[in-house]
Amino acid sequence: MTKHVLDAKGMNCPMPILHAKKKLKDVPTGEILEIEATDPGSVADFEAFCRQTGNELVEHTMDGDVYLFKIKHVG
Amino acid sequence: MSIIVTKGTLDWAYPPFILSTTAAAMGLNVTMFFTFYGLPLLKKELDLELTALGNPAMKMPMAGMHMPMPNMMGMLPGMDAVCTKMMKNMINKKGVASIEELREAAVMSDVRMIACQMTMDLFEYKMDDMIEGPEIGGAATYIEVATQSGINLYI
Repeated sequence: MTKHVLDAKGMNCPMPILHAKKKLKDVPTGEILEIEATDPGSVADFEAFCRQTGNELVEHTMDGDVYLFKIKHVG
Repeated sequence: MSIIVTKGTLDWAYPPFILSTTAAAMGLNVTMFFTFYGLPLLKKELDLELTALGNPAMKMPMAGMHMPMPNMMGMLPGMDAVCTKMMKNMINKKGVASIEELREAAVMSDVRMIACQMTMDLFEYKMDDMIEGPEIGGAATYIEVATQSGINLYI
């Protein structure tokens, strides 16, 4: 399985979401997209994005100032 | 979702494009209706500016404080250019996308754009001046869209 990674560090709202949406198109259904972001607003935004689009936010963690999101491509 | 876009300054150009691109990314059908001062946001070459004049809420971060611009200063020649430059510097520094980028993202994500015919006539704009994609329409075109949308915004 290829690892799908999106570096959204340094991007501000709404660019992490827009790039994630674009990148998800290349991620086969059932596979995981890993996103790194530094925008603190992206936590609530990725939760809302996943609820709305039906994709699954498998986990989100923090490493220093970087937020790491793992989104399973469902919808 | 539909948005009526009525303002064309650098600051007020953001909310409609941020919301339209995000809504499209979240799977909504989005229509933007560009009217009055919002219409020039469809021009091929954007040269957006902003003014501090008459806007006491605009306080730029400076030396750890937030500095308001007194109207007496804001009205001096060249102050709009200074404010615009400061804002563009902050936009770059904070990783905020440019309006051009957001507009491109809106076009790419199939956001429907309608240019107000009456405003085109009023301010003598031609479709040749505008980017590829927008269609021409009027109030009835917008109202039809609005009746079919769950979210209708006027910005």
